[in-house]
Amino acid sequence: MEWLQINYNYLLVIVLLMIGLWAMIGKNNLVKKCIGMCIFQNAIIMFFISMGAKAGSTIPILNYTKVNGVKTYFTEASMYANPLTQILMLTAIVVGVATLGMALTLVQKIYSEYGTCEEDEILKKIG
Amino acid sequence: MKVLSLIIALVMGALLTVILDDLPAWGDPNSPANAHVSAYYLENAYEQTHVPNVVTAVLADYRGFDTMFETGVVFVAVIGIMGILRREDDPKSSKKSFKRPPHQPPDPVITGVATRFIVPFMQIFGLYVIAHGHYSPGGGFQGGVILGASIILMAMTGELKSALERMTEDWFIIMTGLGFLIFAGVGLACMFYGGNFLDYSALAPLFGGTPQEAAITARYHAMLWVEIGVGFTVMSSMFAIYSYLASDGWMDRGL
Amino acid sequence: MEQQYPVLIVIIPMFTAMVLTLAGWFKPAVCQPLAVVGLLGSFLSAVATLTKVSAGGVISYRLGGWEPPFGIEYRVDGLNALVLVMVSLVALLVAIFARKPVEKELGNKISNFYTLFVLLVTGLLGMTITGDAFNLYVLLEIAALTSYALLAMGRGRAYMATFNYVILGTIGACFYLFGVGLLLIKTGSLNMVDIGSILPQLAGSQTVLIAFGFLMAGVWIKMALFPFHGWLPNAYTYAPTATSCLVAPLMTKVSVYIMLRIMFTVYSADWIFNVIQWKPVVMILAVVAILMGSFFALAQRDIKRMLTYLIVAEIGYMVGGAWTGTTAGLTGTIYHIMADGLMTVCLFMVIGSVVYRKGKANFESFKDAFQSMPWTMSALIIGGLSMIGVPPTCGFFSKWYLISGAYQSSDYAFIVALLISSLVNAILFIRIVETAFFSATPSEIPDPHSHHEVDYADSPVSMLIPMWVSALALIAMGLYTGEIVTRWIQPILPGGLI
Repeated sequence: MEWLQINYNYLLVIVLLMIGLWAMIGKNNLVKKCIGMCIFQNAIIMFFISMGAKAGSTIPILNYTKVNGVKTYFTEASMYANPLTQILMLTAIVVGVATLGMALTLVQKIYSEYGTCEEDEILKKIG
Repeated sequence: MKVLSLIIALVMGALLTVILDDLPAWGDPNSPANAHVSAYYLENAYEQTHVPNVVTAVLADYRGFDTMFETGVVFVAVIGIMGILRREDDPKSSKKSFKRPPHQPPDPVITGVATRFIVPFMQIFGLYVIAHGHYSPGGGFQGGVILGASIILMAMTGELKSALERMTEDWFIIMTGLGFLIFAGVGLACMFYGGNFLDYSALAPLFGGTPQEAAITARYHAMLWVEIGVGFTVMSSMFAIYSYLASDGWMDRGL
Repeated sequence: MEQQYPVLIVIIPMFTAMVLTLAGWFKPAVCQPLAVVGLLGSFLSAVATLTKVSAGGVISYRLGGWEPPFGIEYRVDGLNALVLVMVSLVALLVAIFARKPVEKELGNKISNFYTLFVLLVTGLLGMTITGDAFNLYVLLEIAALTSYALLAMGRGRAYMATFNYVILGTIGACFYLFGVGLLLIKTGSLNMVDIGSILPQLAGSQTVLIAFGFLMAGVWIKMALFPFHGWLPNAYTYAPTATSCLVAPLMTKVSVYIMLRIMFTVYSADWIFNVIQWKPVVMILAVVAILMGSFFALAQRDIKRMLTYLIVAEIGYMVGGAWTGTTAGLTGTIYHIMADGLMTVCLFMVIGSVVYRKGKANFESFKDAFQSMPWTMSALIIGGLSMIGVPPTCGFFSKWYLISGAYQSSDYAFIVALLISSLVNAILFIRIVETAFFSATPSEIPDPHSHHEVDYADSPVSMLIPMWVSALALIAMGLYTGEIVTRWIQPILPGGLI
């Protein structure tokens, strides 16, 4: 139980992953599938970001002191959050936006073709 | 399908709960993910690039190749959405079962004035975010999104057409390609100066100072150029995606 | 200049794509020649890299000049180099082939098509060459997004088929990304070789095992292995001709390559075959994939759809061969990646030509095809023989290696499935050739005295040339099998196999 109080971030990620996957496969409405896709991707983004957190650290922009006009930067790694995971997730966010745009485009096309976004009705119309 | 998807999701969740014990504690500064590679960035980024914002340094330099293709992803999205949605024929001749609702020209008094007031500030802030990415949170993506949002705001409050007069389709397609080209062109320039692709330190002959200083300055400057390229692509692509999606490819009117 | 070849393979098509966008927006006619020139440059760089690898061993190229694992590394060994040559060759052939079908099917979207086409090739080449797990994800997404757009240009039913592909493809890519995340949390590295050197210290870690599961599941969804194959036939069938010619041979093969890379570079053969006991399960999946693919192919009336089911079966070949855990099986898989890429592109180009001339590709449209399209049909015969596995085409040799590998590891079910699949392929192609050669159905036997006139209307030369290059490549590859295997494939086989 004590372990859970520290590491509930992983549980949250797992729950979100499950919700996202369920919505992507099981939902009937195409827009809801897109929403599931967003949840799924964001769960992974949260996983990476929480992986890069360090207790008592700040954002990964180096602090400095100024002595007689000369800036000295502090470069101890434990002072700053992990920059690597943040960069990876910046990429993943952009990819997520692009995928969502593409999926919504297709939904729009499907809607103008069949007049509905419900998967079972579309399959009925395809025959 | 519903039951099946529920089972799949539950199985995946169960598999993941098995490993909960094995994962490092949240916020542990000594976990492998925080120690091996990322510590190197934090300890050496300033010395090697003179950029205090380590995220920018890693994004644009150490892993610049990823970022270039990240710009590529946005570019692909625009070209792909254009390829699927764009229509060249007359909207009135469409014989689809799906009819678009009749058009009501918007009459934006309050929102129009407010937008006209906000947009210049947004754009200045967007430029600041791009330019100041070396020292504060920001960079090409963030600034580009803000710039793109300012144009989308114009399109949403007024008419899509009025925004398209300011940023025509020709322009945003060219700018999307151009931004990507700036990024990749910087990489190519490095190759012409004898370095590897995207090895900014090869650009050192362009800058003064001792060879070592010049290499660092070259990295510092090249990162800014690259961020500007990213800003171009992201700004125009955000508006491009919006205008294709909002007008269903007709490019005549928005939501 | 010489050390820049690896990166040139990827960036030449990338720059071509940008120039295409800008030039094609104003003048669409220049697109196809530009794309061909760009892909030719990429192909030549790939060949140069291959010769360099076979002379001097593994090439490591540091992007941005940073040493791995801090920067991104391109790592080319014999395996990548061969796949790179295959991918760039197939892309070049399809780019030449695409001119007429694209003009016909996608009249006003020519510039979009070629930009996406070249970017898809960029993505595939980048996935193949990279040595960085996350860079692979980014390029995977580039390849995925471009293929979504290209497939959706088929209109009509293509939209729904592509939407399903978007959903499943995103699940696959996210699984891969999550697997990389789990590896990152345990090893702190993204470079594949670096992860591979850290993993032995983590033996027994559950996370590493689950990460392997996620990576494999992601790659299997991308390559459409049996339980995840549902999206493939629809998506490929309703796509435009030129798109399916490019996507069908390459997407799945590159995914198989990634599976091999994860199995043998990131993880090790010893860990996979001795520590975890997944082999029986995966072999069952491969066997079911082969049988399912073959039988569903038998039931199709549309030839393009039939070929898409054959792709599902071929995936079973390659996955099964790699998981036998024998050197012969792995040799067969690597060889089959290239052989299957070439024969799939050959057959899809034949079908594309028939669609171009006759409008669609069911058995009806193959009637009399031998008289009207003799060259096209001859290419079909070579491709078909290779698919069945008749010497001297390369299809025979890959099956030979796969079967001998399965025999060594006593996977008799896999051997039986391979033989059944060959038999089914034989039936399928004999049926097509019969329709094409002896046109008339029994009910309408033509009067032997009345002269049966058929117009000669073979495919245009721009479509015949790439078709025949791929067909001749199938025979040439078969004839030089020994050379290819001893010179390039054997040096890269990992240790720890039977």
